[in-house]
Amino acid sequence: MAIVSVKNISKSYWRDSLEIPVLRNISFEVPEGEFLGLMGPSGSGKTTLLNLIAGIDQPTRGTITVANTDVTRLNESQLAKWRAQNIGFVFQFYNLLPVLTAFENVELPLLLSKLSKKERREHVEFSLKVVGLEDRMRHYPKQLSGGQEQRVAIARAIVTDPTILIADEPTGDLDKTSALEILDLLEQLNKEFKKTIIIVTHDPRAAEKAHIIKQLDKGELT
Amino acid sequence: MRILKLILKNLLRHKLRTLLTILGITIAVAAFGLLRTVVTAWYAGVEASSVNRLITRHSVSFIFPLPLAYRDRIIKLDGVERVTFANWFSGVYKDKKQFFARMAVDAETFFDVYPDLLVPKDQLEAFKRDRSGCIIGNQIAERYNLKIGDVMPIEGDIYPGRWEFTVRGIYTPRDKITDPSNMLFQWQYLDERVREEWPGRAGVIGWYIIQINDPEKTAIISTQIDQYFKNSPAETKTETERAFTLSFMAMFSAVITSMNVISFVIIGIILLVLGNTMIMAARERIHEYAVLRTLGFSTSHLITLIAGESLTIAILGGVIGIALTFPMAQGFEAAMPKGWFPIFNVENITLILASSAAILVGVLASVFPIQRTLNTKIVDGLRQIG
Ligand SMILES: Nc1ncnc2c1ncn2[C@@H]1O[C@H](COP(=O)(O)OP(=O)(O)O)[C@@H](O)[C@H]1O
Ligand SMILES: [Mg+2]
Repeated sequence: MAIVSVKNISKSYWRDSLEIPVLRNISFEVPEGEFLGLMGPSGSGKTTLLNLIAGIDQPTRGTITVANTDVTRLNESQLAKWRAQNIGFVFQFYNLLPVLTAFENVELPLLLSKLSKKERREHVEFSLKVVGLEDRMRHYPKQLSGGQEQRVAIARAIVTDPTILIADEPTGDLDKTSALEILDLLEQLNKEFKKTIIIVTHDPRAAEKAHIIKQLDKGELT
Repeated sequence: MRILKLILKNLLRHKLRTLLTILGITIAVAAFGLLRTVVTAWYAGVEASSVNRLITRHSVSFIFPLPLAYRDRIIKLDGVERVTFANWFSGVYKDKKQFFARMAVDAETFFDVYPDLLVPKDQLEAFKRDRSGCIIGNQIAERYNLKIGDVMPIEGDIYPGRWEFTVRGIYTPRDKITDPSNMLFQWQYLDERVREEWPGRAGVIGWYIIQINDPEKTAIISTQIDQYFKNSPAETKTETERAFTLSFMAMFSAVITSMNVISFVIIGIILLVLGNTMIMAARERIHEYAVLRTLGFSTSHLITLIAGESLTIAILGGVIGIALTFPMAQGFEAAMPKGWFPIFNVENITLILASSAAILVGVLASVFPIQRTLNTKIVDGLRQIG
């Protein structure tokens, strides 16, 4: 049973009245519990594709179904709610809020839930333990290394127990050792917690961890 | 942690900038409060003026006198309850810097037409019995430490010479809008001396105050009076006390108008100060807001976040500014020559205006940043390097 189903997706951007096609007629499925790697040269449309699956952008044509929900039919406020429950997003540049501690950053998505303060604390502490940063809870992002920041970002992405985890070049800004730690962590999330993961990467070692690799070139799957 | 905490954390992000913005709003709100207080103090006379009283004065200007004989004619008109009169005296008490109204009035009728000036019965009787007696407002009594029986020497200017009045009564204003700083003495005392020294100026008064039984009749009675004295040597102009006070103040209208304008310009300035801060914040955080939206924060969350920040700054500045208005108004009153503003209160309406202005500014300053944030597509926001 496919948890993500992408059907005949096309996406264009417009600059003035000029159509710039970025994705052309893409279709594929991701089974539940899969670890999918998306590779391809810079500018081939990987980020655009991830954004569509994550519901932060809409395709020009085609449909995307995630856990039986047709994402392309939701309006903006429905999408926001849907993202909060279904998507864990990990960015290349971590994107933690500098004014918040590691704990507060991880707690952020839970503010949208109905959990009590105590329940939120338990979830946050658990997530931070999973990424191995339970002793850095009171630290601010600038007091952490890049690898640690990315681990906080992963904790933030998994704290709501989302349907899928989406990572856009999560190791792109990290040194070798930290990158390996992050990849191991993602692998662990996939194996132990059965998380479906879609990851964009240039990193050959990341590609090794993935079960399936899809190559994107000039907006087309090859 | 709730959204509120995030608002606070955002506020503390640029402490100096937030502090300066709050300070700017504080100063502006305090200045606004002070200006409005001065303007309302100017208009206090208008507030106090009754619609049940008409003033008949010389048609050219109230500095020209009217014959006392007009009184008997006016009193006969239908709808007129009482007629009294007053005459500007001016003069110098102690030195030229002491401002308060000194007027000759008709002892028998004046306080009947002005029930807003409360005089104890025995004092009023004593005043009526003493030709050279006077009644002063409680503010005058306090300012110059005057008691019943004390003598007030006044150097005349319109009526030159030394004049002495004995304090026979002290009135208290009925309400906060009534002038507590008049000095009123018997017109008969003035007229006697004028008759001796300047016979040509005797038997005249400054203006009539007419109490009518129905404000609806203002127009009819005014026209009747003015018609009657048309083509006489002293033609009259009759209007409500309110219109009279307003025309008296029209002399200062340019000053008042500019203060009015400035007070609202100040609000515009606060709007620019806060608007600028909020726009700067929104621009810096385009990326961050896009991240929050990616996490599932909705449009209304972002509005709360931005408007909340703007309102917090505006309200903090507003509250401190309003708190500062009181000592500033006190300082201003102390710095002004005594008696310029017999009624000088920070009115509730001023406080309401100042706080609504602050809140309005808080809301308005967030409109543009909110619009800008919501109009930015999430993907575009994420591509911006924060
Ligand atoms: N918001 C946008 N507006 C206009 N063009 C865009 C936008 N996002 C991406 N593009 C263009 O789409 C193409 C694919 O971009 P992207 O998906 O970021 O590629 P990748 O992640 O594979 O490097 C690029 O040519 C990029 O310039
Ligand atoms: Mg990319």
